Amino acid sequence: MAVTADHAIPNRSPLIAFLSRWLLTTNHKEIGTLYLWLSFTLFFIAGAMAMVIRLELFQPGIQFAEPLFYNQMVTMHGLIMVFGVVMPGFVGLANWLLPMMIGAPDMALPRLNNFSFWILPFAFTLLISSLFMEGGAPNFGWTFYAPLSTTYGPPSTDFFILGVHLMGISSVLGAINIIVTIFNLRVEGMTLMKMPLFVWTWLITAFLLVMVMPVLAGAVTMMLTDRHFGTSFFSAVGGGDPVLFQHVFWFFGHPEVYILILPGFGIASQIIPTFARKKLFGYHSMVYATVSIAILSFLVWGHHMFTTGMPLAAELFVMYATMLIAVPTGVKVFNWVATMWRGSMTFETPMLFAIGFVILFTIGGFSGLMLALVPADFQYHDTFFVVAHFHYVLYPGAIFGIMSAVYYWLPKWTGNMYDERLGKLHFWTAIVAVNMTFFPMHFLGLAGMPRRIVDYSLQFADFNMVASIGAGMLGLTQVLFLYIVIKTIRGGDKATSRVWESAEGLEWTIPSPAPLHTFSAPPQFPIPEEAYQHD
Amino acid sequence: METPRYYVPHSSPWPIVGSVALAVTAYGAVNFIHQSTEKVGAEGSWGQPVFFIGLAMVAFMMFGWFGTVIRESIRGMNSELMDRSYRQGMGWFIVSEIMFFAAFFGALFYARIISVPWLAGAGNNLETHVLLWPDFADIWPLFMTPGGTATEAMEAWGLPFINTVILVTSSVTVTFAHWALKKNQRILLPIWLAITVALGTTFLTLQVIEYRDAYTELGLTMGSGIYGSTFFLLTGFHGAHVTMGTIMLAVMLLRSLRGHFSAENHFAFEAVSWYWHFVDVVWLFLFTFVYWF
Repeated sequence: MAVTADHAIPNRSPLIAFLSRWLLTTNHKEIGTLYLWLSFTLFFIAGAMAMVIRLELFQPGIQFAEPLFYNQMVTMHGLIMVFGVVMPGFVGLANWLLPMMIGAPDMALPRLNNFSFWILPFAFTLLISSLFMEGGAPNFGWTFYAPLSTTYGPPSTDFFILGVHLMGISSVLGAINIIVTIFNLRVEGMTLMKMPLFVWTWLITAFLLVMVMPVLAGAVTMMLTDRHFGTSFFSAVGGGDPVLFQHVFWFFGHPEVYILILPGFGIASQIIPTFARKKLFGYHSMVYATVSIAILSFLVWGHHMFTTGMPLAAELFVMYATMLIAVPTGVKVFNWVATMWRGSMTFETPMLFAIGFVILFTIGGFSGLMLALVPADFQYHDTFFVVAHFHYVLYPGAIFGIMSAVYYWLPKWTGNMYDERLGKLHFWTAIVAVNMTFFPMHFLGLAGMPRRIVDYSLQFADFNMVASIGAGMLGLTQVLFLYIVIKTIRGGDKATSRVWESAEGLEWTIPSPAPLHTFSAPPQFPIPEEAYQHD
Repeated sequence: METPRYYVPHSSPWPIVGSVALAVTAYGAVNFIHQSTEKVGAEGSWGQPVFFIGLAMVAFMMFGWFGTVIRESIRGMNSELMDRSYRQGMGWFIVSEIMFFAAFFGALFYARIISVPWLAGAGNNLETHVLLWPDFADIWPLFMTPGGTATEAMEAWGLPFINTVILVTSSVTVTFAHWALKKNQRILLPIWLAITVALGTTFLTLQVIEYRDAYTELGLTMGSGIYGSTFFLLTGFHGAHVTMGTIMLAVMLLRSLRGHFSAENHFAFEAVSWYWHFVDVVWLFLFTFVYWF
């Protein structure tokens, strides 16, 4: 295999060598690693903020956090989890896996790839530093509705705006790179309809990113000019409308929630067939379902705004269009279940997380369906029911998806097997804790507890205490996850190149750990059975 | 079957230079704004120089990065496949730019179809009208905001129309330059390019004059309600794109004089001309919906 030896320059101090390796790299695996560690780091930072929130809500009254600080925690927790944890986490997986899955030597535009990554640490430094500024960090919730973020936002809001611009540049460039890689660098013979589903879901995700991140950039630009340059986009006194902000934001925001989950669909579709030892049921319908979800996602942003006084016709249209999304999503869930049906199932940690994903994501999907009903939403809007809903799709959805992917491919990345006993412990504590944290929030919301408020009335005390205890457990289990990952990187049973006995795909034909450069010469496709027989 | 080798570049300093440059620009920009609007806790005046240093760093990064890519192209390191990656990449970049403008067009249409009529009592919003601003009338362009800020409208058939003609003509001349390049007419190529650059510069000059008239004679400013907001953000971002496009065209002119392009291999030129057509089309929408109707 022709290997370009770019890191083997002798006579340099280890620090310089380390910095030049990680700062200047163009290698998709190294950049993937950078993304994943950034995501992991921010996961603990935003997780610590969640702990502050749950600590404060442990009992009624104001214990630990002043209301203003509580609002900052809620805002920063949401922003960092969405833009700093889930998105970079999935991009990290894309970097590691896409070239290996399609038999490409690297991403199509490797320098651009490094640029996309290195913008992010600066963007998040800018965002997080706002916590230490005069007037405090942004405190208007992750949706930064006008006029809270325009007329009433603290000065640090402008750092937030520029931070969002940087993240947007990073996401758009990263997405372009992914689309071009998938369209251009597939191995001979891998037609679109033969691509692994993780590749398909990322293709659609990248398309959504290119379409909506610029709209977000437009939204924050209008905020900036409303704040400082006298425009009145979001001010009725000048003929604008605060609700316009919500339209622009959710035009971005709704496709964004699919950006946060579609790669997770792809991961489940890779993992479940391996451990059910069957081919994925309904490959074509999976692809069409993903495409339909993406198209519908552009038509339903209004369901976040039922209580703003939209015309009735618009509310009805959005309601039915939203409910329509349940059809392709249902197809997916059905296909995963049908893949498991009568399979020779085993329950290694990645499979456990994947099954947890399917079941709990479905619960989150159903509560979404409840929220889609206009008359019901008038009740649920801005209550903890909404919090319960999107945490079910994001935590056991997106985050469990990333975790199951990490367990599944970590042996490929590091060459070592993770500790199965600890992995199972991680899963079972996580799944108990996640339900303990978020399930009571459904009841709290239905009973009328509003979200984003530092204090609550006495009748909500019991469920809040349960949720807080669950949240503490959930936080601790992720420390265990960190330990498992580090332990695997440092050693463990050697992984074979195929790792899992019936795993399919080009990434399982190369040695574990995957060498820095793979597929400099294109592999054979369809994959001959003997390609898996290295060791 | 011979599979084309794909060139994977070695480590490169430009991405990290670019990231630092963007961060410096962003940090400088916010402090610049805060210091010039005298926000609390924003003493000093260092924001402005930091912002411009950041921009200079961005320019330095682009210069260095594109220089590297050009050298690779001249050495023939780019396979046909690489060429396709660049082409598709540029195409998707333009898609993202279209969506950026879509946000502002969305705001314009929302104001014209929804918020302004509603404030004037359309639909079931009579109470809003009567209780908040009973004197407000739904007339577009918005001569009088609900709060009472007055402005005059920008006439479409003066400078804006001349600018439309200029920009459409420049789209034609850049295509003539492309044809000249494809036919290997080495004299005509820089001439048509120079004409295009001149048209772009003229457009920008007229735009500056138009803005001056708006501020001094019409009272049309960023502060004159939603009409001024959409007017200046749409035309302003378009103008920024024309500026970028003109600079890119000027670079293409210099490169064509140095003999960088061949009749077969000139993707950079094509990318710039795509970009130029894109700005042109955006202008046609602007002319129609901002100035004309």
